[in-house]
Amino acid sequence: MHTLSLRELADGLAKARFSSEELTRHFLARIAAHNPALNAYITVLEEQALAGARAADKQRSSGDVHPLTGVPFAHKDIFCTEGVRTSCGSKMLDNFIAPYNATVVEKMAAAGMINLGKTNMDEFAMGSSNETSFYGPVRNPWDTNCVPGGSSGGSAAAVAAGLAPAATGTDTGGSIRQPSALCNLTGLKPTYGRVSRYGMIAFASSLDQAGPMARTAEDAALMLQVMAGFDEKDSTSIDCTVPDYSASLNNSLKGKVIGVPSEFFAEGLSDAVASRTRAALSEYEKMGAVLKDISLPHSHLSIPCYYVIAPAEASTNLSRYDGVRYGHRCDNPLDLADLYTRTREEGFGDEVKRRILVGTYALSAGFYDAYYRKAQRIRRLIKNDFTEAFKSVDIIAGPTSPSPAFALGEKVDDPLTMYLEDMYTIAVNLAGVPALSIPAGMVDNKPIGLQLIGRDFAEADILNAAHQFQLQTDWHKQFAPAFA
Amino acid sequence: MAVSPSDIEKIAHLARIRIAPDQIDAVADRISDILAMVDQMQAVDTDNVSPMANPHDAVQRLRKDEVSELNQRDRFQTLAPRAEDGLYLVPKVIE
Repeated sequence: MHTLSLRELADGLAKARFSSEELTRHFLARIAAHNPALNAYITVLEEQALAGARAADKQRSSGDVHPLTGVPFAHKDIFCTEGVRTSCGSKMLDNFIAPYNATVVEKMAAAGMINLGKTNMDEFAMGSSNETSFYGPVRNPWDTNCVPGGSSGGSAAAVAAGLAPAATGTDTGGSIRQPSALCNLTGLKPTYGRVSRYGMIAFASSLDQAGPMARTAEDAALMLQVMAGFDEKDSTSIDCTVPDYSASLNNSLKGKVIGVPSEFFAEGLSDAVASRTRAALSEYEKMGAVLKDISLPHSHLSIPCYYVIAPAEASTNLSRYDGVRYGHRCDNPLDLADLYTRTREEGFGDEVKRRILVGTYALSAGFYDAYYRKAQRIRRLIKNDFTEAFKSVDIIAGPTSPSPAFALGEKVDDPLTMYLEDMYTIAVNLAGVPALSIPAGMVDNKPIGLQLIGRDFAEADILNAAHQFQLQTDWHKQFAPAFA
Repeated sequence: MAVSPSDIEKIAHLARIRIAPDQIDAVADRISDILAMVDQMQAVDTDNVSPMANPHDAVQRLRKDEVSELNQRDRFQTLAPRAEDGLYLVPKVIE
């Protein structure tokens, strides 16, 4: 059952081939057997999941239900879940039992989906390898000496190893797409404002988006359908009709124009990933799409721009962790200043502290214009690149990340090298447009991803293109051999 | 742009994060590296480009100034490291 897609699981439940309780027990047993080796989950919700599964079975037997009722999944531990520890991968929130549900949590529950537990992640979603987690690194099911990517590394590893059929993730600079690429998944970052951020612990509020991580585009469409929609409780939520994402999956790609930015095949990309990506793109030509060389001329500025804007917003957002109202507090504070400074010294890890310091610097008197304002102007240039490109193309495509999964420990002591992991994903967050990563083949026996970027609110277009690719290829059906 | 150890002390104070004295130099080096990378932005002329705070240039949606939340003080204070009689306790601020 653990290799089936969400669609297949939903069909199995509808046809009573198995019950939600059987399904949930199966995944819980797999978590018990394999999580010690992978560290994909921070918290497993065994009793709650089983109670939910029994309720779902009852509901299903008594009438009309949402197709995903009784289907298990996992939540990244960034979504506040009432009555459950919500740690965000940080010592700061190790003792934080969320007093309310994130909107995404509410929506998945309303669809009757069963939350198996909360997945590991880089601390406060800051990282590209899942090595900054207070709960220890996650291992990649394809090669347990390698990282799964980050920051949604626990969600990626859980789905790739069959410890959940799908999971939620969040993406501020690539945190859904890069781990999806490194673990052979289909992961989608929706348009900024498409999915509510309410109850999703904030990192960089103008960039953060939640989205699905699954095995197929069809599954990602099913899950996005549940997650998306306007929310009064998120002041940046956009009130824009949510289409039926499954309805357009089978549209023909004949005549569609796919832009291939030269900047995504320049310095920094491994040769093997480049040729595999080109081979994947040629599949689209066979389907009748047209590849077009394009330029996103400000791409090289996306990492510098992001590493001002994201830390600046993070330094503001993380000022709430003061040791007074919730979360970690240092022992025996001498005075209020000592309470704040020592609580934050102890509660935050090195990467989080680094970003708070960079952000504080960028926002401080005398440097605000040179850094923060400058980055905001560059951000517009990056957005303009996309707007211009989308005048002549329907989709933009390229690699998701510059290389396949790397070894644990390889980059963790070198932040600038780690930051390059997101060189193709970050511009998308700055521009706010939707993008996804799909399995595109193997390099050194490790999966790599193809990134498809769409126009604002055109998630249906990239899901359609992803599904059509998956009808022609079987990379997405390959399962990490050690966990099959 | 390179930041000095004394710059780091100032920023750390603004951010209310204690940095152990023997760590300051290492932190200054790391932050300097990041700022040097970020400084690639300075080569670009952005004089006629307006800053972008939201990718849709959306502005804050306002709502009616009406109470929309229940008072859940007691519930929230069960999460507090120290609270008593509805108050959050911190070290004495005024003698």
